Amino acid sequence: MTTALDDYREVSPKGTVDFLYRLSDLVKGRSVVHVSAVRYGGGAAELLRRVVPMLTALGVEARWEVIAGTQEFFAVVKRLTDALQGRDEKITEDMYQTFREINERNAKALNLEADMVMIHDHQPAGMVEYRASGAWLWHCHLDLSQPQRRAWTFLRRYAVKYDAAIFSLSGFAQRLPIPKFLMYPSIDPLSPKNREMSRSEINQIVDRLGIPRTKPIILQVAKFERFKDPLGAIQAYRIVKKHHDCRLVLAGSGIMHDPEGEAVLAEAREAAGRDPDIHLVQLPPEADLEINALQRTATVVLQKPLKEGFGVTVSEAMWKGKPVVGGNAEGIAAQIIDEVTGYVVHSAEGAGFRLRHLLNNPGLIARMGAAGREHVRRNFFITRQLGDFLTLLKIMPLQ
Amino acid sequence: MSPQAAHNIADSTFAFIGCSEVQEILGRQADDEKELAELVEEVPLDSIHFHTHSYFLRHRFIERAYPNDFSQWVVMQIGDHVLGERLAVVDPFDYPNLEDLREEIISIIDDHLSRMSIIPRVVFGEPFHFKRSRILEVPIGLEARSLADFRRVVADVDVSAIYFHMFEAHFRLGREESDFSAWIRTGLGLHELADRIRSINPYLGSLERLRSSLITACDEFLGRA
Repeated sequence: MTTALDDYREVSPKGTVDFLYRLSDLVKGRSVVHVSAVRYGGGAAELLRRVVPMLTALGVEARWEVIAGTQEFFAVVKRLTDALQGRDEKITEDMYQTFREINERNAKALNLEADMVMIHDHQPAGMVEYRASGAWLWHCHLDLSQPQRRAWTFLRRYAVKYDAAIFSLSGFAQRLPIPKFLMYPSIDPLSPKNREMSRSEINQIVDRLGIPRTKPIILQVAKFERFKDPLGAIQAYRIVKKHHDCRLVLAGSGIMHDPEGEAVLAEAREAAGRDPDIHLVQLPPEADLEINALQRTATVVLQKPLKEGFGVTVSEAMWKGKPVVGGNAEGIAAQIIDEVTGYVVHSAEGAGFRLRHLLNNPGLIARMGAAGREHVRRNFFITRQLGDFLTLLKIMPLQ
Repeated sequence: MSPQAAHNIADSTFAFIGCSEVQEILGRQADDEKELAELVEEVPLDSIHFHTHSYFLRHRFIERAYPNDFSQWVVMQIGDHVLGERLAVVDPFDYPNLEDLREEIISIIDDHLSRMSIIPRVVFGEPFHFKRSRILEVPIGLEARSLADFRRVVADVDVSAIYFHMFEAHFRLGREESDFSAWIRTGLGLHELADRIRSINPYLGSLERLRSSLITACDEFLGRA
């Protein structure tokens, strides 16, 4: 279902929607084509599914193209994703050649005529070799702070041919001789993951997940991966549990066809032991309503990964009026205002300490929750990101 | 002031302009306070503006404990409360231009470091990333010809318009006073109210607080009239 911009009047800060209409007047009739690797799954696809229809409704000629690739190509770019995020992956010259060929084929097949061509992530990044017209921007959604050197050297050859690059955080960017813009990800308050829910709808979902609502709930929503540190969350919970009768819910996906996910879940089960107040909830990949209901049911939210991308889950939880105790990863710290909308912590002990403090102070939970909700409304809504896209379309010189 | 003054109609309308900001990463980062001072000296003035002014555009609602990015970083990431507090009280309102503001910031950091036996640095936190902004002016199609109009628009306009007319016009565009007080003075001829609005220090709160102060000033004036 397409959401109209006017639907956001009720939830966004005053004047925002009218401002976006006026901003769009400056770029009416201009064209933009977004190119991504997939139509479904992943942050870029989720964003484009909502932003492209909004841009069109505002009078921008917006299109979204998705590249076609072989199984072999997608296996190569998966390795490249891991390598760019610092994992030790071996990528052969044949694999790089597959990348080049598929990018060339797509560049020739797709209609890339537009005032602005925005390439999302690395999979289609090689198409810049065949650029004809328009300003070309590379929108990198990955954390490139510590890439594997050879993988980055390969990709950098393409990156420097763009007119500008966009990163989600300053710390995710690498040195490049082109302008680098910062664009925080956003949440859509009207999407299934964030829309308002009735009490009965929430209860129904939480009951189905088998979580009693008889005690305060500490929630962490994160894939079952080592970097998300579910064992640290259990350690923090045990510190709290000495003083408060509460539950810990660790909800996440990442189990299916993933040996690491299975291993991490098994470790978490072992750490939980026979404690009936620890709930390990396996979610399917797009369990938006379940996550929404869980976040609304939680008393406080914990997001304490050892390493994280932007971690927009923090904004999702704050939008639901929950204080967030988050790890000191750059993306999380960029969203939490320490001691105002939650706490930034550096250890499992720190998390336990802050969670305990919050559960001791129900008034503080309410105050921080309300502040967090307003903070998200003004800084992390999709309307803000729509404004970012319109502004870029205006300020990038026409080629 | 005569009671009629509050109902003055300006010859020229006040056209509200909002703004949209895109942040640009400069690729320069400081890991300690000495590097911070060195880079404050080197980066373009736009970056000083970004970290001391458009800070407000990014924190429109919630007032943070420290009113500029430099003091925020020094306290939150390095844990140097003394320098953070000294930088926090630097009031950009006191400086006629950004170059003077830059010099003051460098001078405070240098003075602080001269009293230290070590250079405080980030151990567990994040480095300071220098940025600047590209500000796009957006005419928002709202106008005022009287004080009542002005008050009504200020109450509902996108808060970026408050930022633009109070901060951008004054500092980056080098105008003597904010667009609001200038128009109230010359357009409406309300010198007393113009002085009152000119005296509002925009650096002492969030943009929403600033909006409230403007509305309060208008209401008090209209009420008296």
